[in-house]
Amino acid sequence: MELVNKWPAGLVEMPLRYCPGCGHGIVHRIVGECLEELGIRERTVGVAPVGCSVFADDYFNCDMIQGPHGRGPAIATGIKRSKPECIVFSYQGDGDLASIGMAETIHSAARSENITVIFINNAIYGMTGGQMAPTTLIGQKASTCPRGRDPKVNGYPIRICELLQSLEGASYLERTSVHTAANAIKTKKAVKRAFQNQIECKGFSLVEVLSMCPTGWEATPLNSVKYIADKMMPLYPLGVYRSPEQREQKEGGAA
Amino acid sequence: MYQGIRMSGFGGQGVISAGILLAQAGLLEGKNVSWFPAYGAEMRGGTANCSVVVADDEVSSPIVSRPDTAVVLNEPSLAKFEPMLKPGGLLIVNSSLVNTKPKRTDIRVALVPCNAIAQELGTIKIANMVALGALAGLTGAVSIEAIAKALPKVFKRAKPEILELNVKALKKGAEAKAE
Amino acid sequence: MGEKILMKGNEALAEGAIRAGCRFFSGYPITPQNEVPEYMSWRLPDEGGTFIQAESEVAAINMIYGAASTGMRCMTSSSSPGISLKQEGISYCAGADLPFFYANVVRGGPGLGNIAASQGDYHQSVRGGGHGDYRVLVLAPNSVDEMANFPKKCYELAFRYRMPSMILADGILGQMMEPVEFKFEPVDPKSFKEAGWELGLAAGRRKRIVRSYDLREGELEKINAARLKKYREIEEKEVLFEAKQCDDAELVVVAYGTSSRIAAAAVKMARDKGLKVGLFRPITLWPFPKKQLAKLAEKSRKFLVVEMSMGQFVDDVRLAVCGRIEVDLYARPAGIPSGEETFAAVEKSYKSMTPARAAAPAKTAKPKGKPGRPRKKPAKKAGRPAKKTRKGGRR
Repeated sequence: MELVNKWPAGLVEMPLRYCPGCGHGIVHRIVGECLEELGIRERTVGVAPVGCSVFADDYFNCDMIQGPHGRGPAIATGIKRSKPECIVFSYQGDGDLASIGMAETIHSAARSENITVIFINNAIYGMTGGQMAPTTLIGQKASTCPRGRDPKVNGYPIRICELLQSLEGASYLERTSVHTAANAIKTKKAVKRAFQNQIECKGFSLVEVLSMCPTGWEATPLNSVKYIADKMMPLYPLGVYRSPEQREQKEGGAA
Repeated sequence: MYQGIRMSGFGGQGVISAGILLAQAGLLEGKNVSWFPAYGAEMRGGTANCSVVVADDEVSSPIVSRPDTAVVLNEPSLAKFEPMLKPGGLLIVNSSLVNTKPKRTDIRVALVPCNAIAQELGTIKIANMVALGALAGLTGAVSIEAIAKALPKVFKRAKPEILELNVKALKKGAEAKAE
Repeated sequence: MGEKILMKGNEALAEGAIRAGCRFFSGYPITPQNEVPEYMSWRLPDEGGTFIQAESEVAAINMIYGAASTGMRCMTSSSSPGISLKQEGISYCAGADLPFFYANVVRGGPGLGNIAASQGDYHQSVRGGGHGDYRVLVLAPNSVDEMANFPKKCYELAFRYRMPSMILADGILGQMMEPVEFKFEPVDPKSFKEAGWELGLAAGRRKRIVRSYDLREGELEKINAARLKKYREIEEKEVLFEAKQCDDAELVVVAYGTSSRIAAAAVKMARDKGLKVGLFRPITLWPFPKKQLAKLAEKSRKFLVVEMSMGQFVDDVRLAVCGRIEVDLYARPAGIPSGEETFAAVEKSYKSMTPARAAAPAKTAKPKGKPGRPRKKPAKKAGRPAKKTRKGGRR
């Protein structure tokens, strides 16, 4: 009998401690498969964040470092510049990347660091107990905005791909989702491309993945999927925001 | 021998580099030396100054708070450093730019028209060298020869004729007399 | 090697680090240490190294965290407020047992303070500095020559013990120029061998993880206990200090860094006047020369601490002597004492020793065979001389 759905070489064979219905597991598997399929597992160093995916340092089957909240891209910069032969990725949530680590996100993109950033946008702080994130939707309830996010009090959500789009250093920006199988397949393509860009030394790549957090959202897994389609996607449209080809064209045009 | 020196003037008059030159010359003569700039928020046109110590013994503090010798190339520097001088200390004043006469009677004063002498030699850019020459001549802290040897070490990209001009300025300055 | 060259402290520090094998620097501008990144920015690329001007001190230290995890000899530098920002990252490096080297060219504080020299960062240096239970190796140079030669020592210690090491300097040491002699041949980074914890190319081996946490019950305590053992070993083996004219000294001046130079001038003045004064200068501030000071407390009669801070360094001196000897303090918080002022403090401290003892310092005062025993105080007479907490000038 043929084993059609084996454990990818890029993941350590151990149970993931994420909540039922959480999107992290799907994205982990996608990254793990890409490491295997691109043949880069043995030269990849991953950076795990602070947040739910802090344990990613256990899960990914490659050298891993876990760092301070939000500083993934800076740590990845240090590793990549020290060992350019390595493939370096930073795996971050929205609080990590878009709040406390915003400066590192923007500046590593501006420097066009040749790194890959996997950004999980679930519009909430998961590990600390469902607090408001920089990406929390207007009206969305969180433990620190129990009446729903009110722009007069809490300001507006941040759209990372749109924000980074203005930076010349950003090479590849794409927003995807993992709320359906079809979208998960698209996410894998995007993640693979983000790694491929690094292999080809094309500079900063970031894939923003809309992901479910049933626990933080206080919803069932099924309703969480629906929430992404109905509420998140209108605010965070999927698609390619910057590609290396566009960037080359732009640079060519300017010259 | 211990000489604690303060050199002061407008930014651009070359007191900082003259100070480095002095320290470098002292080093070439096998003395213990230190150089310390008054560093501050960056700005142009302000007053710059530095401390230099040339000594036989180890240098304790590189900040010269009671100078044996003060070189003042502009008016504000006179007001600041004349009172700080040790009794019996030496004050070298660029009389081309400083009109006020020093008030203290317990110090030696050398009025040297540094700018005028430098101009005669070809450029006022070397007024600092005239002052440094005066300092060397009057204190004996370092020799003119040592400063001349230090010149290419400090001004690495300077052309030989420029270095020569600097030496001329040093020698001219060394003729200065103190009262 | 050999030739003495005139160098600025900050540049000597940078050159010393490069010669010691540093090939990665990330930093952020702050006075009075700007010459360090400036020097690195032109010098490192020549050596095939990397210089990055980070977007903040926080980013800079995390680039170091990343670089250090690959086994790279890396460095960052800053001045007081910038070091405060770096403390979280330093704590992570300590928690992940990563070796790296950094320098703090201390300025006046708290807050934005000023940009002049100060020793106000003593506590944050020798007590770890960031959150959690850890130490960093702290070397305190007092000359530009030591600024040039200490980075090599710092790297050696950091890599031997897998922990951060630092140079605690100040604005004077950073900005001044002095003759420098590099007392070692440049180290070739290619000569370094992997120790087995470095991240990078993993072909044929298991994955490695660098992290500073362990959430499993009881595990963190085990890790920290192992680290404590290492710290004890360092305290035993790696103490560096300098003692001058302490053998017959009745009063020993204790000072480090810049204030030890100024104190040296004061000690010389005192000796010229016939006062029996010596100078003890810790070179490693952590590990602190506790035993050496305790021993010195047996034979001298009083200590005077000179520091350019409110009385931080004096805490360690007092802990070391454990009440065996009186310890006076001449504190200049964000002030820079002159030799003369320091001598005045020395003289005052010297003269406030009880007259009987000052006159007859010899054997009688010392109960034989009972070293370490607190000496009896001669009744109440002397009491405790008023502490010389000078309300420092130059604010």
